[in-house]
Amino acid sequence: MKTFLPNKFIIERNHGRCIHCQVCVNQCSYEAHYLDPFSGEVKSRDRNCTNCHRCVAFCPTEALAIRCSPLDYVPNRNWTGEVIEDIIKQSESGAMVLTGMGNDKDHPIYWDKLLLNASQVTNPSIDPLREPMELRTTLGRKPDRLAYDKATGRLITKLAPQLTINTPIIFAAMSYGAISLTAHESLARAASIAGTLYNTGEGGLHKSLYKYGANTIVQVASGRFGVHPEYLDAAAAIEIKIGQGAKPGIGGHLPGEKVSAEVSVTRMIPMGTDALSPAPHHDIYSIEDLAQLIYALKEATNYTKPVIVKISAVHNAAAIASGMVRAGADMICLDGLRGSTGAAPKIIRDNVGIPIELALAAVDTRLRQEGIRNQTSIIASGGIRNSGDVIKAIALGADAVAIGTAALVALGCTVCQMCHTGKCPWGIATTNLALTKRINPDIGTQRLVNLLRGWSLEIEDMLGGMGINALESLRGNRLHLRGVGLTDTELEILGVKMAGA
Amino acid sequence: MTKKLAKGRGDRQVKIDALGLPYRELNALLREAVAGGAESIELTNVYGQRYIGTDLMKPVRLDIHGTPGNDLGAFMEGPRITVHGNGQDGIANTMNEGEIIVHGHAGDILAMSARGGRVFVRDDVGYRAAIHMKEYGEKKPLVVVGGTAQDFLGEYMAGGVLVVLGLTLKEGERHRASYIGTGMHGGVIFLRGAVEKHQLGKEVGVAEPDEADRKLLRTLVGQYAEYFDRDAEEILKKDFIKLFPLYLRPYGRLYVY
Repeated sequence: MKTFLPNKFIIERNHGRCIHCQVCVNQCSYEAHYLDPFSGEVKSRDRNCTNCHRCVAFCPTEALAIRCSPLDYVPNRNWTGEVIEDIIKQSESGAMVLTGMGNDKDHPIYWDKLLLNASQVTNPSIDPLREPMELRTTLGRKPDRLAYDKATGRLITKLAPQLTINTPIIFAAMSYGAISLTAHESLARAASIAGTLYNTGEGGLHKSLYKYGANTIVQVASGRFGVHPEYLDAAAAIEIKIGQGAKPGIGGHLPGEKVSAEVSVTRMIPMGTDALSPAPHHDIYSIEDLAQLIYALKEATNYTKPVIVKISAVHNAAAIASGMVRAGADMICLDGLRGSTGAAPKIIRDNVGIPIELALAAVDTRLRQEGIRNQTSIIASGGIRNSGDVIKAIALGADAVAIGTAALVALGCTVCQMCHTGKCPWGIATTNLALTKRINPDIGTQRLVNLLRGWSLEIEDMLGGMGINALESLRGNRLHLRGVGLTDTELEILGVKMAGA
Repeated sequence: MTKKLAKGRGDRQVKIDALGLPYRELNALLREAVAGGAESIELTNVYGQRYIGTDLMKPVRLDIHGTPGNDLGAFMEGPRITVHGNGQDGIANTMNEGEIIVHGHAGDILAMSARGGRVFVRDDVGYRAAIHMKEYGEKKPLVVVGGTAQDFLGEYMAGGVLVVLGLTLKEGERHRASYIGTGMHGGVIFLRGAVEKHQLGKEVGVAEPDEADRKLLRTLVGQYAEYFDRDAEEILKKDFIKLFPLYLRPYGRLYVY
């Protein structure tokens, strides 16, 4: 069938600079560049380009640039080019439109409408360059009260297992299979160097990464891939994945093409078969069933590890979170509307769920009202872009945040949204060994460690500016936030005052 | 409390009276007994305590008198459990290795996501038995149900062997489960007795067992007959049908980009 889809991008080759070295030909996994055997010149196929910038970054003579195609449809707020082209794709295939990465639509980003406070005159700010600052965060269920032995001063209360991280930023769940082993190794090593955590996602844990167990959250999702006692024992914490911000309410299909030999060993499924994660966990149809799985995992690890429950932020997130805490979740992870994915139906990614800022505020408020906020730690995720988002999330009530896309960008990702093709030219969202080796884990680790260091320094600077020297003093302290351009209802849900008030 | 109940700590054979014990205490006792070298543990007065057999990590033998609670043998690695009575939901949930023998009925999601080991249930099982069982290389879960099963039998099956014998069905009565093997993309189901086409998931193919299948069935039915004192030859006389996945990738044509 002749496709009616126009090209999305135009590859501009500066012929004065191009030396026909074929670096772009070799770098592009979509075959957007090729050597013309007749002329000996390197040429391009615009149609194949995803605008991932791999060729631009590696062109030795800076001969390449990529533009979005100027081919516009007749201006129409309703019938945009994207809407028209999705219909074209579907009329040519009869299928669901698949996409990668997070929601790219114009939903409100509340982080940008929240502003932080700073000390002026009445409360001195602190200079983090010279004074000690505390970003250290302890995650896990906290007791209602502490009892001490009066004679020795020792703590009598038995504490639930806790995890200490040096900065309130962990790496979000991304499975081996969805991303490459070299990306996983970079995340694992960076977490171990920076004193934080990464998350296996649902694809099991590769044997070579067991040694980073103290910095590993292992996931138990509806497909139970690669879940066995050794896997559970290896981890610092276990996460039950109920939902993901990019695709609330549905399962996942890792396509057979991505189930390579190594992925197959790690997930323990035959090579080339689809790895199907059912939409629900079939042993969880209620809060009581969730409690059953939480305690099954606690029994399986003899109560030595915290259990996290991750949900996507949906309408009743606050009530559900209350149930999760009462069911025994030592931490809850809320993944918002802008959370990312290796592959999801576009219609779901763009239309299902609620923004993380509102869900986080609502959950924190609800757990406080019920007097159970101490019983869990909250991890917020889904579109955290910079340290400003991190510190605002902490002030709204998060104990820590998880970053996925930001971490991948540190590894080279340019958010071209083509993860689902499995051809990621940056070696991230692929299991093709020719591509995965493009990430050197030594360098990947360094880039991630650098990112965490940069953000942590910024958080300390902002904290110091507020006159606060410990992140714990900002946690849930919404008086340090003010809103701009928000309705009364939005301000009420966020629990912040209007700027100027 | 622990001292009172862990009779014969350090012995090879241990007896535990579970009466009134919360599951956490009971399972702590089991861990303690296994750590102390117990090879065989007899549990009496079991009334719904969950997760028995989880985190024992050794091929210890457990004999359960009473009714164990949900998730019996969840994430199990090694033990051999015999239930002298009925079981509940979630038996062998995500089991990795070991064996569970139930002298009675079992509830829903029997052997959900099991990755290895063996399960024998003398009578009927509930909904979604063997859902999303998997296999990889040598690891292959085997499940034999003596009676019949409810809907969604073998749903999403990705590996392993499920045998349903229908021995609790009366003369002329048929299996009533619908959506058998829906979403199945691996493994095999053997049903003794016929089912209508509309009872099967659309991803399922039907065939007669071949010689290798019959050999496997003789082994599994023989084991069943031995455990529950039945006549294997008599059971094997009746015809079996083999249900297999038509596609390794049942959902390959859902997406465009």
